[in-house]
Amino acid sequence: MAAVATCGTGAGSTGSVVAAGSKNNVTSFQRRGPRASGSDSSYSRLVSIAGTRPSVRNGQLLVSTGLPALDQLLGGGLAVGTVLLIEEDKYNIYSSLLFKYFLAEGIINGHTLLVASAKEDPADILQELPAPLLDDNVKKDFDEDACNHKTAESNIKMKIAWRYQLLPKMEAGPVSSSRFGHYYDASKKMPQELIEASKWHGFFFPEKSSSTLNIEPCSLTHGYIKLLQFIQNIIYEEGFDGSNPQKKQKNILRIGIQNLGSPLWGDDICCMENGNSHSLTKFLYVLRGLLRNSLSACMITMPTHLIQNKAIISRVTNLSDTVVGLESFIGSERETNPLYKDYHGLIHIRQIPRLNNLIYDVSDVKDLAFKLKRKLFTIERLHLPPDLSDTVSRSSKQDLAEPSKLLGPGCGVMAGGKKHLDF
Amino acid sequence: MFPELNNLLNTTPDRAEQGKLTLLCDANTDGSFLVHHFLSFYLKANCKVCFVALIQSFSHYNIVGQKLGVSLTVARECGQLVFLEGLKSSVDVFFRAQAEPHPLQFLREANAENLQPLYEFVREALKPVDDGEAAWRCPVLLVDDLSVLLSLGMGAVAVLDFIHYCRATVCWERKGNIVALVHDSGDTEDEENNILLNGLSHQSHLILRAEGLATGFCRDVHGQLRILWRTPSQPTTQRDRSLTYQYKIQDKSVSFFAKGMSPAVL
Repeated sequence: MAAVATCGTGAGSTGSVVAAGSKNNVTSFQRRGPRASGSDSSYSRLVSIAGTRPSVRNGQLLVSTGLPALDQLLGGGLAVGTVLLIEEDKYNIYSSLLFKYFLAEGIINGHTLLVASAKEDPADILQELPAPLLDDNVKKDFDEDACNHKTAESNIKMKIAWRYQLLPKMEAGPVSSSRFGHYYDASKKMPQELIEASKWHGFFFPEKSSSTLNIEPCSLTHGYIKLLQFIQNIIYEEGFDGSNPQKKQKNILRIGIQNLGSPLWGDDICCMENGNSHSLTKFLYVLRGLLRNSLSACMITMPTHLIQNKAIISRVTNLSDTVVGLESFIGSERETNPLYKDYHGLIHIRQIPRLNNLIYDVSDVKDLAFKLKRKLFTIERLHLPPDLSDTVSRSSKQDLAEPSKLLGPGCGVMAGGKKHLDF
Repeated sequence: MFPELNNLLNTTPDRAEQGKLTLLCDANTDGSFLVHHFLSFYLKANCKVCFVALIQSFSHYNIVGQKLGVSLTVARECGQLVFLEGLKSSVDVFFRAQAEPHPLQFLREANAENLQPLYEFVREALKPVDDGEAAWRCPVLLVDDLSVLLSLGMGAVAVLDFIHYCRATVCWERKGNIVALVHDSGDTEDEENNILLNGLSHQSHLILRAEGLATGFCRDVHGQLRILWRTPSQPTTQRDRSLTYQYKIQDKSVSFFAKGMSPAVL
């Protein structure tokens, strides 16, 4: 994977406002990266790939996921060469939105896209991408929406609740000269000319399923084999793995795979308890092998709530680099719970990789909730609302205590605690 | 290698034991720091190491190894380290039919019976050098990690057989060591993984188990390490010695302390 040392301004690791992702300064000291294909001259070109920046901690090349708040939680962004697995929410509303943000970010940055789906034609998916928010419009909207945002008043010292000044500011306003991470307006569509100017490849499984296989049948399902061959072809032909050294400008390949593991791909792990239990995990392993040796980043959405065999979910988690789970409140009893009235769902960061390092950037905040405002998708720390009932009765406390007990021990990246300390 | 862990295990690179199977296990947390420790430990102890790295790329281990004071590229070039990079070779095996059997041949097959090609690879890699020069101290096989083999279609019995064959060759015949990492899936019912873990636990001389804290995430204490010394060959009436420590991982080292004695708390 590309590792480039830089002295540019990086984003703060935990708990600070996302700084302007400015263009990185190339120093004379460049850590020799591991890519066997690159010669020395290619490293200077690596730095200048649009839409990427090196990580502060280990020089890993990062791309934005399309949501600056999520980038911050993942330690700056998604590392090139890794897989981001999104565990879908129950009705696939918010995960498909995250998928679209990822692709839209690719178009804005000029990356090549590879969209794979078994449900919708990739051309249709691209038509539905959200439009990017331009900077002057955004500032206006932010002032309208946010009456209690502290970002505008960050230099006002708090007198009474002074402890809150020390809290990390989760939500960051868009910075005008930001080249890394953009905001999108979910209510508007991406302009047609931007889509046409972008380079993309689509894999729509029902169209490709009829062609013959030229690989001997292993335990992978037909759809996965074809998808792997398609991805490998694109990576090889377009030189993302460095196989065409005379390509003038290096670029990132963003791979988006939708609903992996669903029955539409021909896999039966969502239907049966003892289905083909190795197909998906083998696919992920070979996919990760392809990604590690190329300049690409992949986002996969997977309906893990449908997988019958729970062992597969833990294996899939171990085989992915970054895992984020979405849990929406639609249809569950939490929709009416006063604890969650401001939010649309919870977001769980289940795993963050330790790449080239013993440690990683992990946010201290484990209880995160998201909400989809009119134009923005925000992720915030979940606060317990103050108990303002007239009589502090036992029953109301118990209602709130039950869901908070689920949150309390921390949906931890490192440990899922079962013991609840009662003080 | 982490000097504090060496103290806890009562070893140094100069007097590393031989003929031992060490099992690394992690539950609810990431135990890969133990793999980095043993890799750098055995490289510093001047042993010939065969590293079957199935889960991360060579550069990852190399960069971390440099922080711990060993250079994997140098070791590989001078023959001390034989590195099988699972991710890169899996792509080669999967897309192109290979002429001779490849250690990861089972990726191409629908029902791979056993891990014999992988065993042959290990045996070839740790073959003693016959030409008289005093090369390396003892052969070491390091596997990161065995649970991935289950995900790739092998049964638990096949993986146990593989370890058994490796133990016969590496530990008994050539007086070397084996270190393997297995994930403990905890309460998710991964039966194959439990079979593998239990089977290996009964065969190993030393078990290092990294667990997350029972109370959840903590910034200053990253987890708990349980060390268990066993004698699998001779059943003894003595109880096996076991120690428990908590640890915090830092940029270049890991600090260990007794339970509840984290410097952040005291």
